[in-house]
Amino acid sequence: MSLKIKALKKSLWVYHMSGGSCNNCDIEILACLDPRFDIERFGMTLVGSPRHADVLLCTGIINKKCVERVKEVYAQTAKPCVVVAIGACSCSGGIFRDGYQMGGPLDKLIPVDIYIPGCPPKPEAMIAGIVKLLEKLK
Amino acid sequence: MNAVHVLLYFIMSLAAFSVCGMMAMWVDRKVTARLQFRVGPPWYQNFADFAKLAGKETLIPGKASIFMFVFAPVIAVTAAAMCGAVLLLVFRTGFGFPGDVILLLYLLTVPSLAIILGGSSSGNVLASVGISREMKLLLGYELPFACALIIPAVRSGATTSLVEILRFQQANGITLGSISGVIGFLIAVFALQGKIGLVPFDLAEAEGELAGGAFIEYSGILLGLFKLAKAILLIVGPLFVVTLYFGGINFSSVTGVIAGILKYLLILVLFVLVKNTNPRLRIDQALKFYWGWMTLFGIIGILLAVKGL
Repeated sequence: MSLKIKALKKSLWVYHMSGGSCNNCDIEILACLDPRFDIERFGMTLVGSPRHADVLLCTGIINKKCVERVKEVYAQTAKPCVVVAIGACSCSGGIFRDGYQMGGPLDKLIPVDIYIPGCPPKPEAMIAGIVKLLEKLK
Repeated sequence: MNAVHVLLYFIMSLAAFSVCGMMAMWVDRKVTARLQFRVGPPWYQNFADFAKLAGKETLIPGKASIFMFVFAPVIAVTAAAMCGAVLLLVFRTGFGFPGDVILLLYLLTVPSLAIILGGSSSGNVLASVGISREMKLLLGYELPFACALIIPAVRSGATTSLVEILRFQQANGITLGSISGVIGFLIAVFALQGKIGLVPFDLAEAEGELAGGAFIEYSGILLGLFKLAKAILLIVGPLFVVTLYFGGINFSSVTGVIAGILKYLLILVLFVLVKNTNPRLRIDQALKFYWGWMTLFGIIGILLAVKGL
Protein backbone atom coordinates (compact mmCIF):
# COMPACT_ATOMS: atom_id res chain seq x y z
CA MET A 1 0.00 0.00 0.00
CA SER A 2 1.45 3.36 -1.01
CA LEU A 3 2.08 6.18 1.44
CA LYS A 4 -0.54 8.25 -0.37
CA ILE A 5 -3.36 5.80 0.44
CA LYS A 6 -2.01 5.16 3.93
CA ALA A 7 -2.10 8.88 4.73
CA LEU A 8 -5.55 9.20 3.15
CA LYS A 9 -6.90 6.46 5.40
CA LYS A 10 -5.60 8.25 8.48
CA SER A 11 -6.98 11.64 7.57
CA LEU A 12 -10.40 11.66 5.91
CA TRP A 13 -11.81 15.18 5.65
CA VAL A 14 -15.53 15.14 5.23
CA TYR A 15 -17.68 17.56 3.29
CA HIS A 16 -21.31 17.27 4.18
CA MET A 17 -23.78 17.95 1.40
CA SER A 18 -27.49 18.08 2.00
CA GLY A 19 -29.55 17.36 -1.10
CA GLY A 20 -32.92 18.23 0.33
CA SER A 21 -32.94 16.07 3.43
CA CYS A 22 -35.27 16.38 6.41
CA ASN A 23 -32.23 17.26 8.59
CA ASN A 24 -32.43 14.08 10.64
CA CYS A 25 -29.44 12.41 8.98
CA ASP A 26 -27.50 15.68 9.30
CA ILE A 27 -28.09 15.70 13.05
CA GLU A 28 -26.89 12.10 13.29
CA ILE A 29 -23.75 12.97 11.30
CA LEU A 30 -22.95 15.72 13.81
CA ALA A 31 -23.55 13.20 16.60
CA CYS A 32 -20.51 11.27 15.29
CA LEU A 33 -18.31 14.22 16.31
CA ASP A 34 -19.53 14.45 19.90
CA PRO A 35 -17.74 13.04 22.99
CA ARG A 36 -19.53 9.67 22.80
CA PHE A 37 -18.32 8.69 19.32
CA ASP A 38 -15.53 11.25 18.61
CA ILE A 39 -14.43 10.27 15.11
CA GLU A 40 -11.61 12.85 15.33
CA ARG A 41 -9.75 9.95 17.00
CA PHE A 42 -9.39 8.54 13.48
CA GLY A 43 -8.48 11.88 11.94
CA MET A 44 -11.87 12.70 10.45
CA THR A 45 -13.04 16.29 10.57
CA LEU A 46 -15.77 18.26 8.87
CA VAL A 47 -14.49 20.86 6.40
CA GLY A 48 -16.35 23.78 4.89
CA SER A 49 -15.25 23.64 1.26
CA PRO A 50 -15.49 20.73 -1.23
CA ARG A 51 -11.96 21.62 -2.41
CA HIS A 52 -10.61 20.40 0.95
CA ALA A 53 -12.69 17.24 1.10
CA ASP A 54 -11.80 13.56 0.72
CA VAL A 55 -15.29 12.26 1.48
CA LEU A 56 -18.61 13.62 0.24
CA LEU A 57 -21.46 12.72 2.58
CA CYS A 58 -24.76 13.16 0.77
CA THR A 59 -28.05 13.13 2.61
CA GLY A 60 -31.62 13.37 1.41
CA ILE A 61 -33.38 12.63 -1.85
CA ILE A 62 -31.53 14.78 -4.36
CA ASN A 63 -34.38 17.03 -5.35
CA LYS A 64 -34.63 18.52 -8.82
CA LYS A 65 -33.13 21.86 -7.79
CA CYS A 66 -30.15 20.05 -6.29
CA VAL A 67 -29.24 17.78 -9.21
CA GLU A 68 -26.96 20.28 -10.96
CA ARG A 69 -25.43 21.38 -7.62
CA VAL A 70 -24.56 17.84 -6.61
CA LYS A 71 -22.82 17.21 -9.92
CA GLU A 72 -21.01 20.55 -9.60
CA VAL A 73 -19.81 19.83 -6.05
CA TYR A 74 -18.58 16.40 -7.13
CA ALA A 75 -16.64 18.01 -9.98
CA GLN A 76 -15.16 20.60 -7.60
CA THR A 77 -13.83 18.03 -5.15
CA ALA A 78 -10.13 17.24 -5.37
CA LYS A 79 -9.63 13.60 -6.38
CA PRO A 80 -9.20 10.95 -5.01
CA CYS A 81 -12.50 11.36 -3.20
CA VAL A 82 -15.15 8.91 -2.10
CA VAL A 83 -18.90 9.46 -2.06
CA VAL A 84 -21.08 8.15 0.75
CA ALA A 85 -24.87 8.03 0.50
CA ILE A 86 -26.33 8.47 3.98
CA GLY A 87 -29.89 7.50 4.83
CA ALA A 88 -32.68 5.73 3.02
CA CYS A 89 -33.49 8.78 0.89
CA SER A 90 -30.14 9.17 -0.83
CA CYS A 91 -29.65 5.38 -1.12
CA SER A 92 -32.96 4.62 -2.82
CA GLY A 93 -35.38 7.49 -2.50
CA GLY A 94 -37.11 6.06 0.57
CA ILE A 95 -40.72 7.06 1.01
CA PHE A 96 -40.26 9.93 -1.45
CA ARG A 97 -39.20 7.78 -4.39
CA ASP A 98 -42.41 8.53 -6.35
CA GLY A 99 -42.51 12.18 -5.33
CA TYR A 100 -42.74 14.92 -7.98
CA GLN A 101 -39.54 16.58 -6.69
CA MET A 102 -37.38 13.45 -6.81
CA GLY A 103 -34.17 14.06 -8.77
CA GLY A 104 -32.10 11.22 -7.33
CA PRO A 105 -31.32 8.75 -5.97
CA LEU A 106 -27.70 9.76 -5.63
CA ASP A 107 -26.17 6.90 -7.64
CA LYS A 108 -28.04 8.02 -10.75
CA LEU A 109 -26.03 11.26 -10.68
CA ILE A 110 -22.53 10.50 -9.38
CA PRO A 111 -20.65 7.25 -8.59
CA VAL A 112 -21.34 6.18 -5.00
CA ASP A 113 -18.83 4.09 -3.02
CA ILE A 114 -20.72 3.25 0.17
CA TYR A 115 -24.43 3.13 1.04
CA ILE A 116 -25.47 3.59 4.66
CA PRO A 117 -29.23 2.98 4.90
CA GLY A 118 -31.47 3.89 7.80
CA CYS A 119 -33.97 6.60 8.61
CA PRO A 120 -31.80 8.06 10.03
CA PRO A 121 -28.81 5.69 10.33
CA LYS A 122 -27.35 5.54 13.84
CA PRO A 123 -23.86 6.97 14.36
CA GLU A 124 -22.72 3.37 15.00
CA ALA A 125 -23.99 2.41 11.56
CA MET A 126 -22.12 5.30 9.98
CA ILE A 127 -18.89 4.33 11.73
CA ALA A 128 -19.36 0.73 10.59
CA GLY A 129 -19.84 2.05 7.06
CA ILE A 130 -16.66 4.13 7.29
CA VAL A 131 -14.73 1.05 8.48
CA LYS A 132 -15.91 -0.83 5.38
CA LEU A 133 -14.86 2.18 3.30
CA LEU A 134 -11.36 2.09 4.82
CA GLU A 135 -11.07 -1.59 3.92
CA LYS A 136 -12.13 -0.76 0.39
CA LEU A 137 -9.48 1.95 -0.08
CA LYS A 138 -6.46 0.15 -1.46
CA MET B 1 29.13 32.36 6.09
CA ASN B 2 28.49 32.10 2.37
CA ALA B 3 25.27 31.68 0.44
CA VAL B 4 25.27 27.86 0.57
CA HIS B 5 25.58 27.92 4.35
CA VAL B 6 22.72 30.39 4.64
CA LEU B 7 20.54 28.23 2.39
CA LEU B 8 21.38 25.04 4.30
CA TYR B 9 20.70 26.78 7.60
CA PHE B 10 17.36 28.02 6.29
CA ILE B 11 16.31 24.57 5.04
CA MET B 12 17.29 22.97 8.34
CA SER B 13 15.33 25.49 10.37
CA LEU B 14 12.36 25.11 8.00
CA ALA B 15 12.36 21.35 8.61
CA ALA B 16 12.82 21.69 12.37
CA PHE B 17 10.09 24.31 12.73
CA SER B 18 7.71 22.33 10.51
CA VAL B 19 8.04 19.24 12.71
CA CYS B 20 7.77 21.26 15.95
CA GLY B 21 4.87 23.30 14.56
CA MET B 22 2.88 20.21 13.64
CA MET B 23 3.46 18.79 17.10
CA ALA B 24 2.30 22.11 18.58
CA MET B 25 -0.82 21.89 16.42
CA TRP B 26 -1.39 18.40 17.75
CA VAL B 27 -1.11 19.72 21.33
CA ASP B 28 -3.71 22.33 20.37
CA ARG B 29 -6.10 19.72 18.94
CA LYS B 30 -5.55 17.26 21.78
CA VAL B 31 -6.06 19.83 24.56
CA THR B 32 -9.17 21.10 22.75
CA ALA B 33 -10.50 17.55 22.57
CA ARG B 34 -9.80 16.89 26.25
CA LEU B 35 -11.55 20.15 27.19
CA GLN B 36 -14.62 18.90 25.31
CA PHE B 37 -14.41 15.46 27.03
CA ARG B 38 -13.27 13.81 23.79
CA VAL B 39 -10.23 11.60 23.20
CA GLY B 40 -8.71 13.58 20.35
CA PRO B 41 -6.47 12.67 17.42
CA PRO B 42 -3.25 10.61 17.66
CA TRP B 43 0.13 12.41 17.72
CA TYR B 44 0.91 11.83 14.03
CA GLN B 45 -2.38 13.34 12.87
CA ASN B 46 -1.00 16.54 11.36
CA PHE B 47 1.79 14.69 9.57
CA ALA B 48 -0.83 12.35 8.06
CA ASP B 49 -2.91 15.37 7.03
CA PHE B 50 0.07 16.97 5.31
CA ALA B 51 1.11 13.73 3.56
CA LYS B 52 -2.45 13.23 2.36
CA LEU B 53 -2.74 16.80 1.06
CA ALA B 54 0.59 16.38 -0.74
CA GLY B 55 -0.78 13.30 -2.51
CA LYS B 56 -4.05 14.85 -3.58
CA GLU B 57 -5.01 16.56 -6.78
CA THR B 58 -4.30 20.30 -6.84
CA LEU B 59 -7.10 22.20 -8.53
CA ILE B 60 -6.57 25.70 -9.89
CA PRO B 61 -9.89 27.52 -10.45
CA GLY B 62 -10.55 28.91 -13.90
CA LYS B 63 -10.92 32.49 -12.70
CA ALA B 64 -7.70 32.46 -10.68
CA SER B 65 -4.55 34.40 -11.43
CA ILE B 66 -2.32 31.34 -11.60
CA PHE B 67 1.06 32.83 -10.64
CA MET B 68 -0.13 34.52 -7.43
CA PHE B 69 -2.42 31.60 -6.57
CA VAL B 70 0.49 29.15 -6.64
CA PHE B 71 3.12 31.39 -5.08
CA ALA B 72 1.15 32.82 -2.15
CA PRO B 73 1.42 29.61 -0.02
CA VAL B 74 5.14 29.39 -0.82
CA ILE B 75 5.62 32.98 0.34
CA ALA B 76 3.68 32.26 3.54
CA VAL B 77 5.79 29.22 4.45
CA THR B 78 9.06 30.94 3.56
CA ALA B 79 8.32 34.02 5.64
CA ALA B 80 7.14 31.98 8.63
CA ALA B 81 10.23 29.77 8.51
CA MET B 82 12.44 32.86 8.12
CA CYS B 83 11.08 34.20 11.45
CA GLY B 84 12.05 30.90 13.02
CA ALA B 85 15.54 31.01 11.50
CA VAL B 86 16.10 34.53 12.85
CA LEU B 87 14.91 33.54 16.34
CA LEU B 88 17.17 30.46 16.37
CA LEU B 89 20.14 32.63 15.40
CA VAL B 90 19.31 34.99 18.26
CA PHE B 91 19.13 32.12 20.78
CA ARG B 92 22.49 30.73 19.69
CA THR B 93 24.13 34.16 19.09
CA GLY B 94 27.22 32.33 17.84
CA PHE B 95 27.11 34.28 14.59
CA GLY B 96 27.14 37.62 16.35
CA PHE B 97 23.70 38.32 14.91
CA PRO B 98 21.88 41.17 16.68
CA GLY B 99 18.36 40.20 15.51
CA ASP B 100 16.12 43.21 15.24
CA VAL B 101 12.61 43.35 16.72
CA ILE B 102 11.43 45.41 13.75
CA LEU B 103 12.68 42.76 11.30
CA LEU B 104 10.55 40.14 13.04
CA LEU B 105 7.57 42.51 13.11
CA TYR B 106 7.87 42.75 9.32
CA LEU B 107 8.40 39.04 8.76
CA LEU B 108 5.44 38.08 10.95
CA THR B 109 3.21 40.31 8.80
CA VAL B 110 4.17 38.55 5.54
CA PRO B 111 2.15 35.30 6.08
CA SER B 112 -1.04 37.37 6.56
CA LEU B 113 -0.19 39.32 3.40
CA ALA B 114 0.34 36.03 1.57
CA ILE B 115 -3.10 34.85 2.68
CA ILE B 116 -4.56 38.11 1.37
CA LEU B 117 -2.71 37.69 -1.96
CA GLY B 118 -3.72 34.05 -2.34
CA GLY B 119 -7.34 34.62 -1.40
CA SER B 120 -7.74 37.64 -3.68
CA SER B 121 -6.17 35.83 -6.65
CA SER B 122 -8.49 32.83 -6.33
CA GLY B 123 -11.44 34.71 -7.80
CA ASN B 124 -14.01 33.47 -5.31
CA VAL B 125 -16.58 35.75 -3.66
CA LEU B 126 -16.38 34.09 -0.24
CA ALA B 127 -12.59 34.27 -0.40
CA SER B 128 -12.78 38.01 -1.05
CA VAL B 129 -15.00 38.46 2.03
CA GLY B 130 -12.41 36.43 3.97
CA ILE B 131 -9.49 38.52 2.81
CA SER B 132 -11.30 41.78 3.51
CA ARG B 133 -11.70 40.57 7.11
CA GLU B 134 -8.09 39.41 7.24
CA MET B 135 -6.97 42.85 6.06
CA LYS B 136 -9.01 44.67 8.70
CA LEU B 137 -7.79 42.25 11.35
CA LEU B 138 -4.18 42.85 10.24
CA LEU B 139 -4.68 46.61 10.64
CA GLY B 140 -6.31 45.92 14.00
CA TYR B 141 -3.72 43.78 15.73
CA GLU B 142 -0.57 45.42 14.35
CA LEU B 143 -1.08 48.52 16.53
CA PRO B 144 -1.30 46.78 19.95
CA PHE B 145 1.35 44.26 18.83
CA ALA B 146 3.73 47.15 18.12
CA CYS B 147 2.96 48.51 21.62
CA ALA B 148 3.77 45.08 23.07
CA LEU B 149 7.13 45.11 21.27
CA ILE B 150 7.98 48.65 22.37
CA ILE B 151 7.52 47.83 26.08
CA PRO B 152 10.48 45.37 26.43
CA ALA B 153 12.53 47.50 24.05
CA VAL B 154 12.03 50.56 26.26
CA ARG B 155 12.66 48.61 29.46
CA SER B 156 16.00 47.28 28.28
CA GLY B 157 17.41 50.74 27.58
CA ALA B 158 15.74 51.74 24.30
CA THR B 159 17.27 49.02 22.10
CA THR B 160 15.54 47.11 19.30
CA SER B 161 18.13 44.31 19.28
CA LEU B 162 16.72 41.00 20.53
CA VAL B 163 20.15 39.94 21.84
CA GLU B 164 20.37 43.12 23.92
CA ILE B 165 16.85 42.53 25.28
CA LEU B 166 17.85 38.95 26.23
CA ARG B 167 21.06 40.19 27.94
CA PHE B 168 19.12 42.80 29.88
CA GLN B 169 16.68 40.11 31.06
CA GLN B 170 19.54 37.84 32.14
CA ALA B 171 21.03 40.65 34.22
CA ASN B 172 17.87 42.28 35.65
CA GLY B 173 15.22 39.53 35.69
CA ILE B 174 12.60 38.77 33.04
CA THR B 175 10.34 41.46 31.59
CA LEU B 176 7.23 39.69 32.89
CA GLY B 177 8.36 40.47 36.46
CA SER B 178 7.14 44.08 36.20
CA ILE B 179 3.72 45.75 35.84
CA SER B 180 4.41 47.01 32.33
CA GLY B 181 5.70 43.53 31.45
CA VAL B 182 2.46 41.84 32.55
CA ILE B 183 0.39 44.34 30.54
CA GLY B 184 2.61 43.91 27.49
CA PHE B 185 2.53 40.11 27.75
CA LEU B 186 -1.28 40.00 27.77
CA ILE B 187 -1.45 42.37 24.79
CA ALA B 188 1.10 40.26 22.89
CA VAL B 189 -0.87 37.06 23.55
CA PHE B 190 -4.13 38.58 22.27
CA ALA B 191 -2.45 40.14 19.23
CA LEU B 192 -0.79 36.81 18.35
CA GLN B 193 -4.13 35.08 18.66
CA GLY B 194 -5.33 37.29 15.83
CA LYS B 195 -2.11 36.81 13.85
CA ILE B 196 -2.31 33.01 13.98
CA GLY B 197 -6.07 33.11 13.42
CA LEU B 198 -7.22 31.17 16.49
CA VAL B 199 -10.84 31.11 17.41
CA PRO B 200 -12.00 34.42 18.85
CA PHE B 201 -10.28 36.05 15.86
CA ASP B 202 -10.63 33.39 13.15
CA LEU B 203 -12.90 35.63 11.08
CA ALA B 204 -10.86 35.19 7.93
CA GLU B 205 -11.39 31.41 7.87
CA ALA B 206 -14.85 31.29 9.49
CA GLU B 207 -15.72 27.68 8.61
CA GLY B 208 -19.36 28.19 9.53
CA GLU B 209 -20.22 31.12 7.30
CA LEU B 210 -17.39 31.52 4.77
CA ALA B 211 -16.58 27.80 4.29
CA GLY B 212 -12.84 28.26 4.71
CA GLY B 213 -12.68 31.96 3.76
CA ALA B 214 -9.45 32.87 2.00
CA PHE B 215 -8.53 29.17 1.65
CA ILE B 216 -11.84 28.12 0.06
CA GLU B 217 -10.39 27.46 -3.43
CA TYR B 218 -7.16 25.89 -2.23
CA SER B 219 -6.68 22.14 -2.48
CA GLY B 220 -3.89 19.59 -2.40
CA ILE B 221 -0.33 20.63 -1.64
CA LEU B 222 -1.09 24.37 -1.80
CA LEU B 223 -3.59 24.02 1.04
CA GLY B 224 -1.02 21.87 2.85
CA LEU B 225 1.55 24.66 2.56
CA PHE B 226 -0.88 27.17 4.06
CA LYS B 227 -1.58 24.76 6.94
CA LEU B 228 2.19 24.35 7.35
CA ALA B 229 2.66 28.13 7.51
CA LYS B 230 0.00 28.31 10.24
CA ALA B 231 1.75 25.50 12.11
CA ILE B 232 5.10 27.28 11.93
CA LEU B 233 3.47 30.55 13.06
CA LEU B 234 1.96 28.68 16.01
CA ILE B 235 5.48 27.95 17.22
CA VAL B 236 7.29 31.10 16.06
CA GLY B 237 4.78 33.58 17.52
CA PRO B 238 4.88 32.24 21.09
CA LEU B 239 8.69 31.82 20.84
CA PHE B 240 8.95 35.51 19.99
CA VAL B 241 6.92 36.35 23.10
CA VAL B 242 9.13 33.97 25.13
CA THR B 243 12.16 35.91 23.88
CA LEU B 244 10.72 39.30 24.72
CA TYR B 245 9.01 38.53 28.03
CA PHE B 246 10.34 35.23 29.45
CA GLY B 247 14.08 35.57 28.85
CA GLY B 248 14.29 33.32 25.79
CA ILE B 249 15.53 29.74 25.59
CA ASN B 250 19.00 28.80 26.76
CA PHE B 251 20.36 26.14 24.39
CA SER B 252 23.62 25.60 26.29
CA SER B 253 22.21 23.25 28.98
CA VAL B 254 19.53 20.54 29.16
CA THR B 255 17.63 22.29 31.97
CA GLY B 256 17.63 25.48 29.90
CA VAL B 257 16.04 23.70 26.94
CA ILE B 258 13.43 22.00 29.16
CA ALA B 259 12.62 25.31 30.86
CA GLY B 260 12.30 26.91 27.42
CA ILE B 261 9.87 24.23 26.24
CA LEU B 262 7.80 24.66 29.41
CA LYS B 263 7.66 28.43 28.86
CA TYR B 264 6.50 27.82 25.30
CA LEU B 265 3.86 25.26 26.37
CA LEU B 266 2.53 27.71 28.98
CA ILE B 267 1.78 30.28 26.27
CA LEU B 268 0.39 27.60 23.92
CA VAL B 269 -2.02 26.28 26.57
CA LEU B 270 -3.07 29.87 27.31
CA PHE B 271 -3.91 30.22 23.59
CA VAL B 272 -5.91 26.99 23.61
CA LEU B 273 -7.84 27.96 26.73
CA VAL B 274 -8.80 31.35 25.29
CA LYS B 275 -9.71 29.62 22.03
CA ASN B 276 -12.03 27.13 23.69
CA THR B 277 -13.86 29.49 26.01
CA ASN B 278 -14.72 32.27 23.56
CA PRO B 279 -17.01 32.42 20.54
CA ARG B 280 -15.96 34.16 17.36
CA LEU B 281 -16.14 37.96 17.35
CA ARG B 282 -17.63 40.07 14.60
CA ILE B 283 -15.07 42.11 12.67
CA ASP B 284 -16.23 45.41 14.20
CA GLN B 285 -16.03 43.90 17.70
CA ALA B 286 -12.51 42.64 16.97
CA LEU B 287 -11.39 46.05 15.72
CA LYS B 288 -12.94 47.79 18.73
CA PHE B 289 -11.15 45.32 21.00
CA TYR B 290 -7.76 45.90 19.38
CA TRP B 291 -7.91 49.63 18.70
CA GLY B 292 -9.78 50.40 21.93
CA TRP B 293 -8.82 48.51 25.05
CA MET B 294 -5.68 46.80 23.81
CA THR B 295 -4.09 49.97 22.43
CA LEU B 296 -5.10 51.95 25.52
CA PHE B 297 -3.45 49.36 27.76
CA GLY B 298 -0.47 49.31 25.40
CA ILE B 299 0.05 53.06 25.77
CA ILE B 300 -0.31 52.79 29.57
CA GLY B 301 2.25 49.96 29.48
CA ILE B 302 4.70 52.04 27.46
CA LEU B 303 4.34 54.99 29.88
CA LEU B 304 4.95 52.64 32.84
CA ALA B 305 7.97 51.18 31.04
CA VAL B 306 9.39 54.66 30.46
CA LYS B 307 8.99 55.30 34.20
CA GLY B 308 10.89 52.04 34.79
CA LEU B 309 8.01 50.13 36.42
